[in-house]
Amino acid sequence: MMRVAQNNAWVLGLLLLLLALLGVTKLIQPGFGATGLESLARAALPFAFATAGMAIVVIAGGIDLSIASIMAVCGVTAAVLMQSMGAVPAVVLTLCLGAVMGAINGGLIVLTRVPDIVVTLAMLFVWEGVALLILSSPGGVVAPGLRALITGSLVPYVPNALLVIAVTISLVWLPVRRARLGLSIYAIGSDDLAAFRSGVNVGLTKVIAYGLAGVLAAMGGLSLIMLTGIGEPVPGPYLLASVAAVVLGGVVLGGGRGGLLGPIIAVFVLRIIRTILTLAAVDPNVTTIVEGVIMVAVVMLGAVVTYRGVRT
Amino acid sequence: MSDMRIHADATRAAPLVRFGRYLADNPVIPLIAFLLLLIVVLEVMRPGIVLPVRVGRAEVISSFWVGNLIKFAIPLAMLAACQVLTMLTAGIDLSAGVVATCAAYVCATLTPVLANGTGMDASTAMVASVAIALLVGALVGLLNGFGVGVVRVHPLIMTLGTGLIATGCLQVYQRFVISTGTMIPPFLEWLGTGRTFGMPNGLFLFVPFALFVLGLMRFTGFGRLLFALGSNAQAAKLSGVRSWQVLMTLYTLSGMIAALTGLLYLGMIRTPSLSLANPLMLPSVAAAVIGGTSIFGGRGSFAGAIVGALILRVIDTMLTLLQMPEGARIALFGLIILLVTALYVRITGTR
Repeated sequence: MMRVAQNNAWVLGLLLLLLALLGVTKLIQPGFGATGLESLARAALPFAFATAGMAIVVIAGGIDLSIASIMAVCGVTAAVLMQSMGAVPAVVLTLCLGAVMGAINGGLIVLTRVPDIVVTLAMLFVWEGVALLILSSPGGVVAPGLRALITGSLVPYVPNALLVIAVTISLVWLPVRRARLGLSIYAIGSDDLAAFRSGVNVGLTKVIAYGLAGVLAAMGGLSLIMLTGIGEPVPGPYLLASVAAVVLGGVVLGGGRGGLLGPIIAVFVLRIIRTILTLAAVDPNVTTIVEGVIMVAVVMLGAVVTYRGVRT
Repeated sequence: MSDMRIHADATRAAPLVRFGRYLADNPVIPLIAFLLLLIVVLEVMRPGIVLPVRVGRAEVISSFWVGNLIKFAIPLAMLAACQVLTMLTAGIDLSAGVVATCAAYVCATLTPVLANGTGMDASTAMVASVAIALLVGALVGLLNGFGVGVVRVHPLIMTLGTGLIATGCLQVYQRFVISTGTMIPPFLEWLGTGRTFGMPNGLFLFVPFALFVLGLMRFTGFGRLLFALGSNAQAAKLSGVRSWQVLMTLYTLSGMIAALTGLLYLGMIRTPSLSLANPLMLPSVAAAVIGGTSIFGGRGSFAGAIVGALILRVIDTMLTLLQMPEGARIALFGLIILLVTALYVRITGTR
């Protein structure tokens, strides 16, 4: 028990922070309850998926700057597809598309041997352009059934949106994490040369890691159009937010350490801070500053803590 | 790491490999060749755009076209200087675009405020607002330097964070000055839009600036410290380099360069907005990378980045000429960046 707590100290701390912040919200607005929680979870949905995808790539020692653009492509594709076919095939196709786009990112990194950050920077433009080619202005439709999926709460106090995140992550990440592949992903993130010499297929693992991130980004794009009901070709602010949440969630840039739970809790922490500031009638522009300061401060704190840990 | 070995058997290597190594040592040469190739392609696509003599006009080379190319490449190249310098130490400055925007906005709005509010005469107000704009850049840079150098936050995160904070501050600041109107100091306008002998006046700022950066990297101790820290931070520290001092200075300098770019860009575009220079941000990274700067530190050249900026602008012109839908243009832009870097990595065998 103690060992588990020690190993997951960062995640536990985040969870406590989240609970404390929920308490603060309740203090500021006594009416904050199931509905407030529900809208919070719903708004956090695209951020959570973007962050989860980014977290996998960062664990594998890379970074995917194109994640927001992939979300945009998947969003518009789904919105266009739903004009002519049912929701289920459209969603399946979109998820496949996300996987393919992620795998293309990974494949290009492996093939060209150009650093991840440069390749995904270039692909950021490529995917953004593709999204604009598919749909040059916001449009398309979203099946009403899908929108109902993320609204409301089946179980009291557990919003459906939260369930969607939990189910998706457990379907996509848990089997991988338990399998050899998960170990390989952590291995190439820690030290790709050592991983290679232990018999890990570094290239393939990297492609799969980016593919998984693509699937999650596709989920992000889908949840985005479920929220807004329309396909939007211009990428949202998900790149910055996901990097922030990944780092806040205890995943080390450079790879090999961290999980997916921390980053997702971090997403909620960041979203709830926004809610609190809105409830406290703080100027939304100040909110941006506060978010930035929190992100920088937390990362600084984390850096100091790890640095001290290494020295002693 | 394996440099010694490479140089030792360079004499015995195959000609192609030797050629590759030669290019790796002089990254600017293949880049200039590529730039010329692109210009030839452009001329073939639209005869007369570069060589008006072919369509019967008097000039041999269109000074208008060349001037325009240089004019729009200057801000990109200046912002790329931030990336080259920080990348030398294995860092990156993603706040540069925001800093440039902030500096431009602050300068444009403070000029009338200072002139009307405090009773300064117009020229003093302009100088003061330019100084304050540069100070803003230095301040953000100092914060970056503190985070990266002292607290050891990853530069990517630190500069993204300060960029976010600066954007927020700018939005809040905007609400205080929304009624004052804007004014662009005439000398910035002269620098940004004027021409002398067909060449943009921005060169009056850029040539000394480029010489400064090139000299800084090649001939000063500070420049060598940057290379040393990027090649092997541990070894540099053991040799007595105080890395935090170097990094603080570096990021402050980078912030000031970004602010200067913003001021020039303000004179060029002449309408301050809250996202003025932000679109230059990612292309500036691309220009630095195309120019042969390694994001892993220890290797880079500003001359390459200047050519990189020119290449990006020529590609921009080509894609505009093709009259493609905007989406295809953006996508092709990304693909070309990837292609150029991939080729570069392949030919020179470095990353």
